[in-house]
Amino acid sequence: MAGQADLDFSFKMGGEAGYGIAQSGMIFSKACTRMGLHVFVNNEYPSLIRGGHNTVQIRVRAKPVPGHTETVSMVLALNRKTMDDHEKEVLPGGVILYDADDVKDTKKERGDVSYCHIPLLALAKEAGGERIMRNTVGLGAAAAFCGLDVGIMNQLIKEGLGKKGEALADTNIRAAKLGYDFAAKNYDTKAFGWKLSGRAGEPPKMLITGNEAMAMGAIRAGCKFLAAYPMTPASAIMHYFAANERECSLVMKHVEDEIAGINMAIGAANAGVRAMISTSGGGFSLQTEGLGLAAMTETPVVMIEVQRPGPATGLPTRTEQADLHFVINAHQGEFPRLVVVPGDAEECFYLTAEAFNWAERFQLPVIVMSDKYLAESFFSHEKFDQSRVTVNRGWIVGEDWLKAHQPFKRYFSTENGVSPRVIPGTAYGIHREPSDERDELGSIDEDPQVRKVQVERRLRKFASVQKEVPAPALHGPAGADVTLVVWGSTKGPAIEALELLEKQGVRANVMQFVYMWPFPEAAEGLLREAKRLVLVEGNATGQLGRLIRQQTGIKIEEKILRYDGRPLSAEYIRGGFTSLKGGRA
Amino acid sequence: MVTLAELNSGKIPDWCPGCGDFGILNALKRAMMDTGLPHEKFYLVAGIGCSGKTPQWLNTYSIHTLHGRALPVATGAKLANTDLNVIVTGGDGDGYGIGAGHFLHAMRRNIDLTYVVFNNLVYGLTTGQTSPTSEKGFATKSTPFGVIEVPVNPLALAIASGATYVARGYAGDIVHLSKLIADGITHRGFALIDVLQPCVTFNHKNTYEWYQKTVYKLPETYNPADKMAAFQKSMEWGDSGIPIGVFYKESRPTYADELPQLSTPLVKQPIDNVDIDRLMQKMI
Repeated sequence: MAGQADLDFSFKMGGEAGYGIAQSGMIFSKACTRMGLHVFVNNEYPSLIRGGHNTVQIRVRAKPVPGHTETVSMVLALNRKTMDDHEKEVLPGGVILYDADDVKDTKKERGDVSYCHIPLLALAKEAGGERIMRNTVGLGAAAAFCGLDVGIMNQLIKEGLGKKGEALADTNIRAAKLGYDFAAKNYDTKAFGWKLSGRAGEPPKMLITGNEAMAMGAIRAGCKFLAAYPMTPASAIMHYFAANERECSLVMKHVEDEIAGINMAIGAANAGVRAMISTSGGGFSLQTEGLGLAAMTETPVVMIEVQRPGPATGLPTRTEQADLHFVINAHQGEFPRLVVVPGDAEECFYLTAEAFNWAERFQLPVIVMSDKYLAESFFSHEKFDQSRVTVNRGWIVGEDWLKAHQPFKRYFSTENGVSPRVIPGTAYGIHREPSDERDELGSIDEDPQVRKVQVERRLRKFASVQKEVPAPALHGPAGADVTLVVWGSTKGPAIEALELLEKQGVRANVMQFVYMWPFPEAAEGLLREAKRLVLVEGNATGQLGRLIRQQTGIKIEEKILRYDGRPLSAEYIRGGFTSLKGGRA
Repeated sequence: MVTLAELNSGKIPDWCPGCGDFGILNALKRAMMDTGLPHEKFYLVAGIGCSGKTPQWLNTYSIHTLHGRALPVATGAKLANTDLNVIVTGGDGDGYGIGAGHFLHAMRRNIDLTYVVFNNLVYGLTTGQTSPTSEKGFATKSTPFGVIEVPVNPLALAIASGATYVARGYAGDIVHLSKLIADGITHRGFALIDVLQPCVTFNHKNTYEWYQKTVYKLPETYNPADKMAAFQKSMEWGDSGIPIGVFYKESRPTYADELPQLSTPLVKQPIDNVDIDRLMQKMI
């Protein structure tokens, strides 16, 4: 097989919810990152708590991993369904670990794959555990094949279960060892073609989800208040805030509904702290009302919208990128807002932190969009660079300024549209902030000239933001024959697809839209320079394509779209490209 | 300490002549003066409706919000800066109708707010439709054949939901009302002051004349610490008499009291360089 530098190993664990798959997945993944390797972990699960079919897929490389693959080298099947559904994904030479006492009468259709019976249940019991510990036995067996560092694995079991008691950790370590020994004794594990070997001297890596990176970015930026209502796939953001509430001195309010959430965030931000909400599309629907209040009172709030397939309840635990136009257009009337979409965990961190600067500098709502695939997948990443996050609170005036500028005109007209803001409680700054149209003092006023001045001032803020928003990011070779136009979590799979296309003789690059609204002015030139544009999106109608056409008149005819609730992958993009008219370059 | 002159915004209220809201506005100003609290620490939050315009006629920090959403905005502001004295104004439709969910939960939390409800038993600014407190049978533009539902009982709801100061005032008795509001402001916890407010334009049943005859003050002997007595009193309504005064009062830690991270108000905590190294270390 290929050498360590080309290592590309994917391991899928599957079983019913409640089988401990997520925990085993974390142990395996963290063991890999501690060995100095890079990982990407994605999970698929239905909307239920017990039963169903859950999978965790860990992809390991010696270099950064942009996304998952549609194929795997090893499967641990804790139930029949895992075997049936994922047998076909195993690469030639791969193995399927299963318990023949449990998973019976399977077809075993693949002649090029090893089916390795491991008595998971019997060994779990031998270790002193129960059925729930089968995953740990499987973990040990997997380690025997792929060379996962057993010492590190045992250490992680201790760290993970230590809180529940040393005895439980010891039982699990025993179970893992029994699995390891059984595999090593009964199978030619040495012949397995994918071997993980430690890379000494590698900087330590975090294992972090998009959700966690966003929450962390917000905390670094000084966000002190999050109001949220549980909703998959955004809930982990509220969990992260809640867990760190006291250590980081902030407030996470679990609210009665998302309407209360946005309004509390507006109240907190209006009172002078950095505040945000986190939700999915359904919650954002309820918050469209508050979005306009933030815009009208010019209160800086950050809103995180983690997409999932809609409409209505849709596919609650799956992925999609279909809320772009909704988010850009939500709420009645015309007003400025900023919409930004990170493409990986690193961007989740820095762009969420920066969202607070945008919000305060321009006194407007900023929406940071994500999706299930980005939000709940784990990325391995070195610690983020804190020095890259700076706090810019915009134009907040204090007592001295106010004394010299009486009466205080909260909404007076300026060139860039931004008016002075004051923290309530400050002497000499008393003023009113109505949700009605108002004059520069904050008095409700329906005079046509006042209305015109205020509308134009608010829209000047939009123009000011537009001048500053960065151009779409370009990845891959300049002047390529094909440009894949993407946004959000499609970034990683699209970048990886470039290698696959290259092998087919297609020289392609990726244009990633990050700042969506205001539409970046530099985008049109970049799009016009490209030789052949292919849109790649996780929705059925090509929403970014529609936005591009609306803003530039450029119509992208060629589209690779995915809307089955599953994430785009490099292979899917290559397949989609090949199916395009003239897809073969 | 704030003076009457300082509280005037210079704007002339655009309410109907004779509206009960004038009495409430005057009582509110007087209450703010009587508390002796500093001018710039008052933060008013208003809903939508005739009552929602109240902050316009006052010179204080204020935010005018959306229909039914004043309480969550006020909650966020109070949690952000516990030094602010947050007063919320709204009407019966705003608080007991569209905002009823928030009303209930704000009281459970015992968030330290003073909520003054201008309760005129009808929708005014939208020109006369039924409200959640309209009496059964009341005919309006939206209920020409009479209201079918029974009215919301805001006081009983408040007592049951965990409010720690529950009072009812009458817009026609400014001295009495201003005392109820001032005590609500100084009370630590959620204070509801439901105010009977005649709507001279759209409610021709619950008029000044009717209230003058029916309203009576809770006697000195009434004990507002007695929750069951408070429930009983809150059920009194109609021609035979409507009690006003403090129905229920208790001392319970506020929501903010239970958050140790608020020992310094959030708004005063430095954010220029929040070190997250420990958070990142935990992820390795």
